[in-house]
Amino acid sequence: MGQDQRRPAGRSVVRQAFVTSIPVMAGYIVLGIGFGILLRDAGYGVLWAFAMSLLIYAGSMQYVGVSLLSGGASILTAALTTVMVNARHLFYSISMIGRYRDAGKYKPYLIFALTDETYSLLCDGAAPEGADPDLYRFLVSAFDQCYWVTGSVLGSVLGAALPFSTAGIEFSMTALFIASFTQQWLDSHDHTPAVVGLAGSLACLVLFGPENFLIPAMLVITLTLTVLRPRLRGKGAAE
Amino acid sequence: MNVSSTHAALLVAVMALVTMLLRFLPFLIFRGGRQTPAYISYLGNVLPQAIIGMLVVYCLKDTALTAAPYGLPELLAGLAVVGLQVWRRSSLVSILSGTALYMLLIRLF
Repeated sequence: MGQDQRRPAGRSVVRQAFVTSIPVMAGYIVLGIGFGILLRDAGYGVLWAFAMSLLIYAGSMQYVGVSLLSGGASILTAALTTVMVNARHLFYSISMIGRYRDAGKYKPYLIFALTDETYSLLCDGAAPEGADPDLYRFLVSAFDQCYWVTGSVLGSVLGAALPFSTAGIEFSMTALFIASFTQQWLDSHDHTPAVVGLAGSLACLVLFGPENFLIPAMLVITLTLTVLRPRLRGKGAAE
Repeated sequence: MNVSSTHAALLVAVMALVTMLLRFLPFLIFRGGRQTPAYISYLGNVLPQAIIGMLVVYCLKDTALTAAPYGLPELLAGLAVVGLQVWRRSSLVSILSGTALYMLLIRLF
């Protein structure tokens, strides 16, 4: 084990966090490029792309933000639109309260950087053996944001001059969620929460349509799981 | 540029602040006391699986089922991801293969 002793303890955490973040890399870079291109076409260059991806760091909101900027939206419109598009983040944070409670100095960034994709990488609570779980989660979050910022800047600088067609690569985000869903299914004994999430969302999609289903879906899921609490408590969900 | 840089910077600031507020709000509300309320712990336990299910639906919400190719690329690539995940248990393998298959399928159909 001499090799391990020579190596600083931090390095393997960095490596493991990097490996965990790889599934997000392609999607974030490509979607970031798409955002950078859109923003540049709207008249806002690389500094704007960099600032937005650094400070807002919410994929679909930034795409919407491009039209807010180019349409000259009011401050109030921008605020309300952000609430509508990003309300689901409330949901992620609620489910991470226990896990991030004692994350100390990493906590503010962990909360700030809780995107859909980072959430799906970290919500099962798994962390490598022997590593500081908070440091590991911090690094996964930071790697993900690096990909997003890099993509945005690349898109702004390169423009539409990419030499190959990347059509369809956005499916990597869908694939990430399907893989997470499958893995959580395999890891849990009681599949009720998974079924509630899937069925509740599908029902709301049919009822409210693709533009408006997310908020009703979140309410239906929360209410259903609340009603089922006496039955689900203490069993089922991973540990 | 259709609006002044100052106004644009304000818009970006508002989007950033509201997004941050949404992410931090639950943590600010349940800051007091060392013990997370039992109901919130319960939600933290069951919500992740439900949320990921919701995100799957969210990603596929704009799939056109009534016109060619009738969502077939999404269906086949999605099934491939599930199958590979069950078989190999490696998210990386499932995601990369599923995405490659999808990119191929949308060029074939």
